[in-house]
Amino acid sequence: MTGDALTAPVLRLTDLRKSYGALRVTDGVSLAIGPRELHAIIGPNGAGKTTLVHQISGLAASDSGRIEFYGEDITALPMDARARAGLVRSFQIVSILPGFSALENVALAVQARSGSSFRFTGDAAAEPALNDVAMTLLARFGLASRAGFTAGLLSHGEKRQLELAIAMAAAPKLLLLDEPLAGTSHEESSRVIATLKELKREVPIILVEHDMEAVFALADRVSVLVYGRIIASGTPDEVRRDPEVRSAYLGDEAAEAMT
Amino acid sequence: MNEIADRNLAVAPRPRASRLRQAALPVAIFAVLALMPAAAHFGASGYILALMTRTMIYGLAAMSLDLLIGCGAMISFGHAAFLGIGAYAVGILSSHGIDDVFIQLGAALAVAALFALATGAISLRTHGVYFIMITLAFGQMLYFLFTSLAAYGGDDGLSLSRSHVFGLPVLRSDLTLYYVAFAALLGVYLACRAIVASRFGRVLRGIKDNPVRMQAIGFAPYRYQLTAYVVAGMICAVAGVLLANASEFVSPAYVGWQRSGDLIFVVVLGGLGTLHGAILGAAAFTLLAEFLSGLTEYWGMIFGPILVVVVLFARGGLASLLRGTR
Repeated sequence: MTGDALTAPVLRLTDLRKSYGALRVTDGVSLAIGPRELHAIIGPNGAGKTTLVHQISGLAASDSGRIEFYGEDITALPMDARARAGLVRSFQIVSILPGFSALENVALAVQARSGSSFRFTGDAAAEPALNDVAMTLLARFGLASRAGFTAGLLSHGEKRQLELAIAMAAAPKLLLLDEPLAGTSHEESSRVIATLKELKREVPIILVEHDMEAVFALADRVSVLVYGRIIASGTPDEVRRDPEVRSAYLGDEAAEAMT
Repeated sequence: MNEIADRNLAVAPRPRASRLRQAALPVAIFAVLALMPAAAHFGASGYILALMTRTMIYGLAAMSLDLLIGCGAMISFGHAAFLGIGAYAVGILSSHGIDDVFIQLGAALAVAALFALATGAISLRTHGVYFIMITLAFGQMLYFLFTSLAAYGGDDGLSLSRSHVFGLPVLRSDLTLYYVAFAALLGVYLACRAIVASRFGRVLRGIKDNPVRMQAIGFAPYRYQLTAYVVAGMICAVAGVLLANASEFVSPAYVGWQRSGDLIFVVVLGGLGTLHGAILGAAAFTLLAEFLSGLTEYWGMIFGPILVVVVLFARGGLASLLRGTR
């Protein structure tokens, strides 16, 4: 169904490991993400999902293993270099520039990939080339009327949308979304889900999420992470039926609710 | 209260009126400074002129520190090192008979840039309190280096005569020196303004706001912070060149950690991240110190609590206090 065997994966993790002391948080994760794929990673609390996201994005170094992005080995690159290469992430706890306007939040991400930022003159906030792109993105994420607002004062749902707009402004070749629905109201979360449905047509996405409804509505493939290991990987239906997943994670009740 | 909320909300498309209002305070500061010598003419002119020259020089030094603390989130506790480099460039060169101001300035800038590059490259690998401690350590290193320079006065320091411009002793006039300091302060202020608003400055401010977010969109904080560190060091060295000329004397005391602390003091007092606040802070600092030390030997006992009050009740420093009343 996914057809990723036909084309090279955009991201390939090989035997990725990370320990904090004696605790193996990531314990030999191997995974390949195909182009045009939305790949969800689910797992109970403490499964090591966020650590895995940190390792993929470069915020945390891996103890061993290998990360390839569009065929290039990026294991040793810092987060900013990975972002410039197109591996762009969002954060479980909203991460924006709270003191800047919503427009400048997005414009800075545009600035990061257009021309040098070692320019010491000229008013960056007035550069039409940056602001036009940023404004288009804000409008797309329903934030046009919030452009001039200080980002830190936006509602939680708006901040979530803003973070997606920032991520898209960074010209991603792969989006790495760490629980984009965390803390959103029901209304806000259906808005984010609708947005993600649109985004998945443009860019491959890794979605780490708790919200099962969202995961099964969006994902092409699902991997289940338990204690730092992937215990199952496949289409939503396959994963739903997997007996190991049922006992380890979903529980019979939740599994029934999903069928 | 409402007004503050409104100001916070209307950030990007700043209305013209508010932009003018924001410019009012810096314009007023520079107007007062430009006219000061004329006013001083009616009073104890020499004394006031010297005091205000020193104020502007400290304002210049503090402004460069504001670029680090207020815009770049780099709390340097060794910034006086650059003041010392500028001052000693004048002192050492003039003791060898080289008193051309451009050679002295060039040497000061070159040494400051190298020192900033070397120490910044190491310091910026640390964060938070470690950055404070390591910059303090580098500053003290330079302090002890200067105290050990027996040929240049060691502990006691070194007297010097003012720099020449194209072989002419024009800086000998206090009034000329005043306006040279004024021009330097204005030039640096405008340059810093431009830097803060530029692409580079916006990245720097973004790093201060949320460094992880900036990395996540592809900016490596280190390169930008190191560049700012070098620029600020060079600006402060200019203040050092002026300071040596104003006091016709250099000593290791210019480099000590107390002086670095004073500079942080001045920046916080004036208002972090405002640039012109550094001038207000320097003025308040030198004038208060001058006034209080005339009252009592223990003036620090009054001075300290004043800073505490400013930090507690006027978070934006003098700059926001004055803007609020306008």
